[in-house]
Amino acid sequence: MIQTDLLIIGAGPTGLFTVFEAGLLKMKCHLIDSLPQPGGQLTEIYPKKPIYDIPGFPTIDAGELVDNLMEQIKPFNAGFTLGESAVSIDKDDEGQFIVTTDKGTKHRAPSVAIAGGLGVFTPRKPPIANITDFEDKGIKYIIKDPEVYRGKKVVISGGGDSALDWTIFLAEIAEEVSLVHRRTSFRGHLDSVDKVMALAEAGKVNLITNAEVKEVAGGETLESVTIHAKDGSKTLVECTDWLPLFGLTPTLGPIGDWGLEIEKNSIVVDNATDYSTNIEGIYAIGDVNTYPGKLKLILCGFHEGTIMVQSAFKRAYPDKKLSFKYTTVMGGVGSLE
Amino acid sequence: MSADINIVIIDREGQSHQLVAPTDMNMNLMEVCKSYDLPVKGTCGGMAMCASCHCYVESDHQLKEPSDDEEDMLDQAFFVEDNSRLGCQVFMHPDLEGLTVTLAPESE
Repeated sequence: MIQTDLLIIGAGPTGLFTVFEAGLLKMKCHLIDSLPQPGGQLTEIYPKKPIYDIPGFPTIDAGELVDNLMEQIKPFNAGFTLGESAVSIDKDDEGQFIVTTDKGTKHRAPSVAIAGGLGVFTPRKPPIANITDFEDKGIKYIIKDPEVYRGKKVVISGGGDSALDWTIFLAEIAEEVSLVHRRTSFRGHLDSVDKVMALAEAGKVNLITNAEVKEVAGGETLESVTIHAKDGSKTLVECTDWLPLFGLTPTLGPIGDWGLEIEKNSIVVDNATDYSTNIEGIYAIGDVNTYPGKLKLILCGFHEGTIMVQSAFKRAYPDKKLSFKYTTVMGGVGSLE
Repeated sequence: MSADINIVIIDREGQSHQLVAPTDMNMNLMEVCKSYDLPVKGTCGGMAMCASCHCYVESDHQLKEPSDDEEDMLDQAFFVEDNSRLGCQVFMHPDLEGLTVTLAPESE
């Protein structure tokens, strides 16, 4: 069991900066994030995109902002549970929250701050009615152990780097690899595109463009997919595995079932006081919350986290007096390490 | 003052909505839909990175060709047709008077 003063769900910019503000009050933080690295959507979706509305930075790349935030919170030694998503929340006898992840890791804290942004990043699933029948029975959205495809007949869908990279890799070990893409051009690295084209030319990859997998069939496990081409023709391809690789998309996920008041996919908070939700001790900050006049800006998340930790401090240390100090007065944060 | 234009959005239930959109505010179709509370999420905020504003252009307006970023994102969307566009990449312009668009099914 991981014990902390403030448990933060979501390690995006808002969650990271909250560690700093909590650290100034000598509160320990622990962050949970479903992604394997901190930074949230900034790292996962647009690390190279410049951001122009961070005060003091006329322009900064999203990835660089995350690096800077990590540097800024370093003195406070926050804990991280990465690559795991928070699935359930309970309260124990002492009124502390217990948050458990999908991998069973348990965390305990008097306050929980949900800084979940757009939600948990999950693979985009093609809209085929019976697709769930074959999930993990031939259909996988994320490849963890490529060895299982040795000697198999694999169909891959998608036009990006992961589809291209896995096509190149599996062409070596699978019995048969088909790559299905809706266009004739690919968006991956030029080098990967060239390799796939060469493999197709050499007959090692069955390249099917201007087409989409629209049907799946099988018994206990997947046995075939049916590919619909733009010209209206349909082709049944016998296969043991289908890997639809269409990237990740965020959804609010299990947090939506925690009894929190939700409005338009966001958590309703009290912005007049401390960004608390309808459950005492649970706060929501950053893009995941909503209130009248809400703006989904990194800048606003920073502000919300700062206000929120003052309230969380009182829950963690009800007997201690809170005195707010400027960092300039403190002469840096070294004294707090 | 620059003219407003009239556009038609057909929602996922097939109902038509007549909207008036300003052409002098650098607004895109996703933002216009959101300002009318139509069910368009615009998750990524208009960076062509989520496809939640995927729509079909029904009228024969000549739109600017989609950028590589837009095509790349459409590669990751579903129900993509030849007239598919991302609303966030379609900017309001006087030439688009009468634009008619259908919202694509949600797939997330």
